[in-house]
Amino acid sequence: MTPQPANIDERMLRAGWVRRILGQPGLGAIGGAVAVWIFFAVLAGDRGFLSLSGTATYLEVAAELGILAVAVALLMIGGEFDLSVGSIIGASGMLMTILAVQYGWHLWAAVPAVIVFAVATGLFNGYLVIKTGLPSFIVTLATLFIFRGATIGLTRLLTGRTQLGGLGDVPGYDLAHTLFASDIPVAGTGFAISILWWLGLAALATWVLLRTRFGNWIFGVGGDVQAARNTGVPVYRVKITLFVLTALAASLVGIMQAVSFSGADVLRGDLREFFAIIVVVIGGTLLTGGYGSAVGAVFGALIFGMVRQGIVFTGVDADWFQVFLGVMLLVAVLINNGVRRQVMKA
Amino acid sequence: MNEPSLIEVEALSKYFGTVIALKDISMQVHAGEVTCLLGDNGAGKSTLIKCLSGVFLPDEGRILIDGEPVRFASPREALAHGIATVYQDLAMIPLMSIARNFFLGAEPNIGRGLFRRFDVKQADRVTREELAKMGIDVRDTSQPVGTLSGGERQSVAIARALHFGARVLILDEPTSALGVKEAGIVLRYIAAARARGVGVVFITHNVHHAYPIGDRFTILNRGRSYGTFEKADVSREEVLAMMAGGEELEALSHELGEFARTDGTSTAGLDEANRDVEALSHAAKPARRQPPDAP
Repeated sequence: MTPQPANIDERMLRAGWVRRILGQPGLGAIGGAVAVWIFFAVLAGDRGFLSLSGTATYLEVAAELGILAVAVALLMIGGEFDLSVGSIIGASGMLMTILAVQYGWHLWAAVPAVIVFAVATGLFNGYLVIKTGLPSFIVTLATLFIFRGATIGLTRLLTGRTQLGGLGDVPGYDLAHTLFASDIPVAGTGFAISILWWLGLAALATWVLLRTRFGNWIFGVGGDVQAARNTGVPVYRVKITLFVLTALAASLVGIMQAVSFSGADVLRGDLREFFAIIVVVIGGTLLTGGYGSAVGAVFGALIFGMVRQGIVFTGVDADWFQVFLGVMLLVAVLINNGVRRQVMKA
Repeated sequence: MNEPSLIEVEALSKYFGTVIALKDISMQVHAGEVTCLLGDNGAGKSTLIKCLSGVFLPDEGRILIDGEPVRFASPREALAHGIATVYQDLAMIPLMSIARNFFLGAEPNIGRGLFRRFDVKQADRVTREELAKMGIDVRDTSQPVGTLSGGERQSVAIARALHFGARVLILDEPTSALGVKEAGIVLRYIAAARARGVGVVFITHNVHHAYPIGDRFTILNRGRSYGTFEKADVSREEVLAMMAGGEELEALSHELGEFARTDGTSTAGLDEANRDVEALSHAAKPARRQPPDAP
């Protein structure tokens, strides 16, 4: 009466560890990061790329985008996009600066206000996507312009300008600087504390994805919404939560930038939404959702940081950075498609 | 015999506006038996199981579970009564592992507070055990479901439904998209479920899949029931003929006959097909004479 399990076993044995390793979503990005590092080590190793301070620079660039990318990775695994994150960065930094500088709030009263604002924008994005049933790509493209435009308009209305400084003189700034913008000395070189935030959040996201019920639901709603709903996953709640988490990550980046520059600019965070998506895709997360990792996003951001700073070290005009990034994106998508076929091969 | 059926459907009707989707359907599902729900496309099979699984509320008639009348407002309520439905789309996510799919929406947790987490080891172990009970030996439960064949996926879905306490297992066309061998595997798992005392409702339009496994056959045609037949009382050909509706088969037989006459180069294959259809339409006649509630 039993089927032929021996048969099935044989096939599985052949699949074995090769597919298991290929099946790790971050693998391509780890290989890519090593390749990019070797590339710049050879080309610009004697000009500072290999030095501790050089490493600290590209890690800082990677961290700033990486914090965003980790949250965007969860959202994209859950099958959605958020193009409004760049404008949320600008809006959060500006909101905090206006509250603290213009209206004299204590900085640690302004920070919770920014967090509430971020949660509200995330809920807004999430509900809009759910209620309209439109692709989140379109909905958040619209909110990108709405948030950005409102930030510029309101800032000019309230302050008469589009840039605002003086955050450094506000009460509570010192603690904020220590938490968000200080350097940690390692062998005489300062490493930005944002690197710790980045790695800490990535570890947390990885744990959530792989070891919690909510993580399983993220894969479920991204893989097949209907099937997830049939098995009782609260699909809407999962998606809206992911939008809120993404908005929170964006506002954290906005706060960090404002604290680090001691002020805000309405245009902060421009293009970050695209960089974040690129980095997440380079990290092996599928554009269609249901498959990916936070670890991949970490290495994607690392590649981004190394390329951006590496080009500077080589002495090549930094204008070429975007060409490099676009090519990397194309290559990554092609590799990802190949990997997925490999994983799904029966 | 005095024990009430797991499910008893009494004179159930369902209308969609002016369309009569189901009219006066009665059937029973018994524990440890396979009840086949047969009918051609559009016969009302899907509507009937959606009434049983809580997707639709019937407009007339009653559904009794263990002799108690019930009205399901949602699939969740049906599930709470132990009625699990495995739909054609399987509720399986191809890119997720077998174990993660198995527990999707009902993940086991360990730890407390902030450290409450998905018990991956437990999920792996239970998945392996449950699949083994069904006679499926999976070496690696971390394998994506997408790497399984269609029959294996169905089997995992069936094992999952049974694990989560299904007493009635409704299978919506589980074999229709499968090859011959694969379909055979799924039929074995249906038998395994029956052996565990589950009442199985097996929906199909393929009598060759239904007849070997079924204990009783309820045949639908255009929203009405030809009645329920015990396996001993009905032959495979009679079932097939009732499903298609006798007259149509007779007409087809004539048509093919005409075709064979006008076409001088009639092949042996066509003749054979013609004989088959003719035999079917004859077989259909006795059954057509005494359908309990035919129109």
